[in-house]
Amino acid sequence: MPLDLTTPGGITLALTPELVLTVWVLVLMLVAAWRHRDAGVQREVGLLTVIGLVSTGLAVAWLWAQGATPVGLPAMMALDGFRFATSLVFLLGALLTVMLSLGYVDRERIQAPEYYVLILLGTLGMMFMAGAADLVVMFLGLELMSVAVYVLAGVNRRSVFAAEAALKYFLLGAFASGFFLYGIALVYGATGTTNLWLIHGRVLELGLGSNVMMIAGIGLLLIGFGFKVAAVPFHMWTPDVYDGSPTPVTAFMAAAVKAAGFAALVRVLHQAFDGLPIWHGAVWWLAVITMVVGNVIALAQRPLKRMLAYSSIAHAGYLLVAVASGSAIGSAAFLFYAVVYTLMTIGAFAVLAAAGTGGEQGVLIDDLNGLATRRPWIAAAMTVFMLSLLGFPGTAGFIGKWYILSAAVDADQRLLAVILVGASVVSAGFYLPPIMAMYMRPAPSAEAHQATRIVGAARWAVGVMAVALLLFGFWPNRALDAARRGGESLRPATLYTLGR
Amino acid sequence: MFWLFAALAVGGALMCITRRSPVASALWLVQTLFSLAAIFVLLDAQFIAALQVMVYAGAIMVLFLFVIMLLNLGRGSATDMRGWTGRLVALALGLLLVTELWVLVRSPLASPLQLPAGTLSRVAQEQGVVAVISDSLFRTYLVPFEVTSVLLLAAIVGAVVLAKRRL
Repeated sequence: MPLDLTTPGGITLALTPELVLTVWVLVLMLVAAWRHRDAGVQREVGLLTVIGLVSTGLAVAWLWAQGATPVGLPAMMALDGFRFATSLVFLLGALLTVMLSLGYVDRERIQAPEYYVLILLGTLGMMFMAGAADLVVMFLGLELMSVAVYVLAGVNRRSVFAAEAALKYFLLGAFASGFFLYGIALVYGATGTTNLWLIHGRVLELGLGSNVMMIAGIGLLLIGFGFKVAAVPFHMWTPDVYDGSPTPVTAFMAAAVKAAGFAALVRVLHQAFDGLPIWHGAVWWLAVITMVVGNVIALAQRPLKRMLAYSSIAHAGYLLVAVASGSAIGSAAFLFYAVVYTLMTIGAFAVLAAAGTGGEQGVLIDDLNGLATRRPWIAAAMTVFMLSLLGFPGTAGFIGKWYILSAAVDADQRLLAVILVGASVVSAGFYLPPIMAMYMRPAPSAEAHQATRIVGAARWAVGVMAVALLLFGFWPNRALDAARRGGESLRPATLYTLGR
Repeated sequence: MFWLFAALAVGGALMCITRRSPVASALWLVQTLFSLAAIFVLLDAQFIAALQVMVYAGAIMVLFLFVIMLLNLGRGSATDMRGWTGRLVALALGLLLVTELWVLVRSPLASPLQLPAGTLSRVAQEQGVVAVISDSLFRTYLVPFEVTSVLLLAAIVGAVVLAKRRL
């Protein structure tokens, strides 16, 4: 289905998923405002959110199945497999987050139906960010996502830690957005356009490979992205913000927000700056530092929530390896790993949410002692998540890492591949202790783990995530094929020149 | 003309960050914003200049002053920059920005991207000052324009969720 994005009809069709999601946002806001005093309204809004996310996913799938392609220059929004695949990843992350939240907000007495509206708004921002064909739209998507998540971090208004997390995230996030915007301005100054395809064409046409303004612009964009995806040395906010936020929101931040940042980064670097080899070196170093620092500091963490926060930093390093390759295999490896990472991270946070109360900051790894004897299914699911995060053979995490490694080797970055394997070995030092605690140590008392339970929709979510991780681990071909198609669709097809 | 307004703008900005009283700072900021509006006029962007005066120097500054007076921030409070490390870091960052500006000003613009001199005033004469902006805002950049409205909606919802006393 060819669409001319310069006509109102074409752009409307191209934006179908985003429009569906926006309509759901407005409907849910009305429902929440209308029946504010009813006790059950929060639950109702949550269930409607699930329906909204699923219908948006169907709209994405419909557009993808129609084979929507742009006629001529894609203005403002891209229409390729990469956009549809990443949209589905974000929707999956949001859906799992909502399923965890349904029980969590009741237990923690977070009374704000707008919680779900903000999750939808954040997801909408991610879809704009990763689907943008123009840096202006990408920036607006980034801001939309960030504003929603700043508020979600502080949505539990009784918690001092949540307030600290929200404020810290807001201040550093605004700072990072400033870098990002300055970078866009410099890229515009050097090329005279903000469209990714036109940037790609003009970089080659005008020979901007060593243009100072262009290089400074890329550097500032990388700093902005570095903050958003929590790459070392821009990770300082991560542990405190992840620690203080309500656990489902932390899962949302660690999985979907990070995936969105990476998707936009991949699009900008692989699509617009394809002809500028200069960023490869910068991303190479960023990947190495992030993997090493993230894994080594995670070793020293006793609280489970902080350990998972540093683990998410380490995983940003693995994803950066896929980005650094700069090839279609790299983008495909990113897509596959983004799906797997979403499943295993949200799963691990779901178990954490079940194991504690009041923000789950006090849950130490030792507090899981003997969980396997009392709650065998939860312990089994946690084992799958931990082994998958580690990259153990037989789980999807292994296939994902193997795919990233093959992208690195293919791009002739063997040293980076070796460092990735080394970092994974180190990560066994903090992914295995929770499993040992659950299975090899006795429970501290007879009443231990009585309160540890996963109920309702969250139970389904955890079960599906664990099964999916095992399934992808043994039978990954279909998912790998889809990821490869998405990755290959990212190449800029035609060269647009100044004369058009 | 340009140098006069540039000096006024920079001077106003300096006074704004060195005054102890928030009200005085805000008033100096008004001077900076007015000088920027004058510079916009010199760049043949009269419409942007008018918006700058109405929105920034007018509406936003009034809100600023309201907030300052409502929160009773009149007393000279402790400065945010404590100790020499903070000042040194600020100085280093400032120097970095100045170097960057200097390098960027000297780096040549690719010649195909340069508009011939006087293009802007000619286009403004032909189509009118507002038409030039509205055309790109509501045609070329319609999608970002609409996304901005969603962004503002998200900000409003967020502010209410965080700040309202009883939800």
